[in-house]
Amino acid sequence: MDVKLSGATASDVERAAVATVLGPEPPQAGRVVRAGRAQREQRHLLLPALHALQDSVGWVSRGAVDHLAERLGVAPAEIYGVASFYHLLATEPQPALAVHVCDDVACRAAGAGALLGQLGEAVQRSACLGLCDRGSAALVRRSGPPGERIDVAVAPVTALQVAGFLGGEAPPELAAADIPPPQAGKPGLRLLRRAAGEVITTVDDYEAAGGLAALRRALEQGPDWVLAEVKAAALVGRGGAAFPTARKWEAVLRAPSRPHYAVCNADESETGTFKDRVLLERDAFAVLESLAIAGFATGSEHGFLYVRDEYPLARARLQAAIEALRQAGWLGAAVGGPGFAFDVELRRGAGAYICGEETALFNSIEGRRGEPRNKPPFPVESGLFGQPTAVNNVETLVAVLEALRVGGSASTKLFCVSGAVVRPGVYEVELGTTLQALIELAGGLQPGRRLQAVLLGGAAGSLVGPSRLDLELSFEAARAAGLSLGSGAVVVLDESLDLSEVVLRIARFFREESCGQCVPCRVGTVRQEEALRRLFSGRPLGSREDELVRLSDVAEVMRDASICGLGQTAAIAVQSALRGLS
Amino acid sequence: MSAELALSIDGRDIRVAPGTTLREACQLVGTEIPTLCFNPNFTAANACRLCVVELEGARTLVPACSRAVESGMRIQTASDRVRHSRRLVLELLGSSVDLSLAPDLGELLREYGGRPERFSEAGSATVEQPVKVDNELYVRDYSRCVLCYRCVQACGVEAQNTFAIWVSGRGFEARISTEYDAPLPDSACVYCGNCIEVCPTGALMFKSEFDLRAAGTWDEGRQSTTTTICSYCGVGCSLDLVVQDNQIVRVNSPEGNDITLGNLCIKGRFGHQFVSEPKRRERSS
Repeated sequence: MDVKLSGATASDVERAAVATVLGPEPPQAGRVVRAGRAQREQRHLLLPALHALQDSVGWVSRGAVDHLAERLGVAPAEIYGVASFYHLLATEPQPALAVHVCDDVACRAAGAGALLGQLGEAVQRSACLGLCDRGSAALVRRSGPPGERIDVAVAPVTALQVAGFLGGEAPPELAAADIPPPQAGKPGLRLLRRAAGEVITTVDDYEAAGGLAALRRALEQGPDWVLAEVKAAALVGRGGAAFPTARKWEAVLRAPSRPHYAVCNADESETGTFKDRVLLERDAFAVLESLAIAGFATGSEHGFLYVRDEYPLARARLQAAIEALRQAGWLGAAVGGPGFAFDVELRRGAGAYICGEETALFNSIEGRRGEPRNKPPFPVESGLFGQPTAVNNVETLVAVLEALRVGGSASTKLFCVSGAVVRPGVYEVELGTTLQALIELAGGLQPGRRLQAVLLGGAAGSLVGPSRLDLELSFEAARAAGLSLGSGAVVVLDESLDLSEVVLRIARFFREESCGQCVPCRVGTVRQEEALRRLFSGRPLGSREDELVRLSDVAEVMRDASICGLGQTAAIAVQSALRGLS
Repeated sequence: MSAELALSIDGRDIRVAPGTTLREACQLVGTEIPTLCFNPNFTAANACRLCVVELEGARTLVPACSRAVESGMRIQTASDRVRHSRRLVLELLGSSVDLSLAPDLGELLREYGGRPERFSEAGSATVEQPVKVDNELYVRDYSRCVLCYRCVQACGVEAQNTFAIWVSGRGFEARISTEYDAPLPDSACVYCGNCIEVCPTGALMFKSEFDLRAAGTWDEGRQSTTTTICSYCGVGCSLDLVVQDNQIVRVNSPEGNDITLGNLCIKGRFGHQFVSEPKRRERSS
């Protein structure tokens, strides 16, 4: 295509950054035009290239956009549209150092409000950073040449520390934020078997810990055996939608169109959710082994692992594990010997909750705005690059390994307990454990605190009151109670908190995370937040009842007519609170 | 001929060819489904959600503009749930966007009993912003923009392949924009005006119309439309010239023309000044 450029030029540093992703610039001689298939095939590298620019110069400049437009054959207007979609990409010059401090529900419930009050405007406030078990969290980033870059999550963090970072003090090392889950050492763990122990860094150690046995067995027995075992385990997706995994994989395996793709959705961004982070950081080899099994069982040769950009430690460990597995022949042209080719590409999100929605995730990998697609067609038929795609949550993949290892049903599940409990963290419990027992497992409420409510399933979940502590945490029991386990988030809110603040924060979350594509969600999330603000400040528009009608009207249209799950769930927690908790 | 698919629409059974959308099927039984972002010449954008209908067994409503008929579907097009969603979509738009030049939407608002003002007070968010007047041919008034994506489609692969505009930003702050909000003369815009043609709300407008409206002299009662052939090149596109007081004030591509499909180029769209050159008139009379 013809690309009209603005005349702004990219600096040498910017060109070099782009070249790290797209390769060296092809020679320009005479009338040779770079276009056609070779250029189109690099289209999906737009987001990695934008990351390279952000990392090296701190923003995406007009000259850089023109340069990318020329190299990829994508219009500058579209590249700008993509860059401006993601919160962690800047389209205006920024200071090299940025500190993003979590001001979401879980951190606030654990006391981060004071920290935020002290820091004021010096930091950027962020939605949930997935470090909810630490009390307060910050993501510290500095752009510059590779040696000077910083990209680290710090938790727990103090106002003094943040002031230090802003003043030039170096933050702690990446791995400093790595602590084992509270159940470390407990016998009988399944999903957390390895994640609760020492972090494994070599393929040999992984094999010694029982790793790769499931992949070996799968390669021996064939895809149909894998499907049968996963089916026998009655495994359903752990990302929130609870769709049967075996059915998904079988549909992809049997889809006639080629190629197929296997994608791991590690864009965990649901408020109060951090189970996938723990698995990614502490059991990276297992996630990759299982993704390879997913590839084998779905006839895919290419896998993508899309990890949210707020997880720098997970990214580093995954990249190292991918390289180690390639070296050892467990990823690449011949996985565990000739006959099965499968490789995995790690992709970074860029600060967008919506990209955890599977079709938005595909668009993001393809280098487009992270806007969800209409379904049908479903991903098993037309997913990534329009091809049959199996997309699975991190915990689901780890559960597959367990299903293949020991057989039987997938009877345990991970929950992310945070807020006012003694020992917040990721817990593995039998499905059917009561909410009460789970909270007790986390040491119960902190001394002197009384339970007010639990945010179950994250921002897209429900607020439940103390009368629901006997709720059995299983997919069926939750459904019967009109609730959802969602992502497994359990944010414990005590009586010292103003629940209306929590509800407002959730409403603001959806307003800020809506992609803007469809009217019900784009405008509905705004009107929902506005009405709540008026209601809680005692200044309703018309009567209090008028506001409640307005809120329920908006809730209904968002649930019924939004394109995707974000809009469809954006009023659940709000409505549960307004009804006096579910 | 492939087998037909049977479905029921508001209790009426019909059979349609595979590939038919619900909207088309509804049309066959005489039920008009309201649409906003839908344009028959483009792939459905699915953005406005005004066309939703109730599909028995589905958790949510489904968009009639794009959802293909499947055998055995049972559809309700005017249930309470459907009417509620349509009313709310209209109210949400009406409360955040200036719809004063979108008479069709105003009529729908009345039909569905919508009251957008119930969502508005002094502090309510709207998309209000200054009009962008940066060239002599057309203006962009994004206070009137409902983000239907039609202009982006017309500028892109669906018609012009120029890619001067795209959606930028996110959520309620999403806007139709050139790169870095550059003025149109600095963008890739080729002034084909095909985006104006498809804009349903008057957000994109001929400068001539904008100026007359600003002066208070735009008067549709004094306008007539003349269909003619563009005289510039051998393609011979049909033109609809909108004339007020013996001056061309706007040029449209005739609706339903299966050759031009709503498209023109800069010459046909804007290059009509020679028609009213005094010297030309003197010589031709």
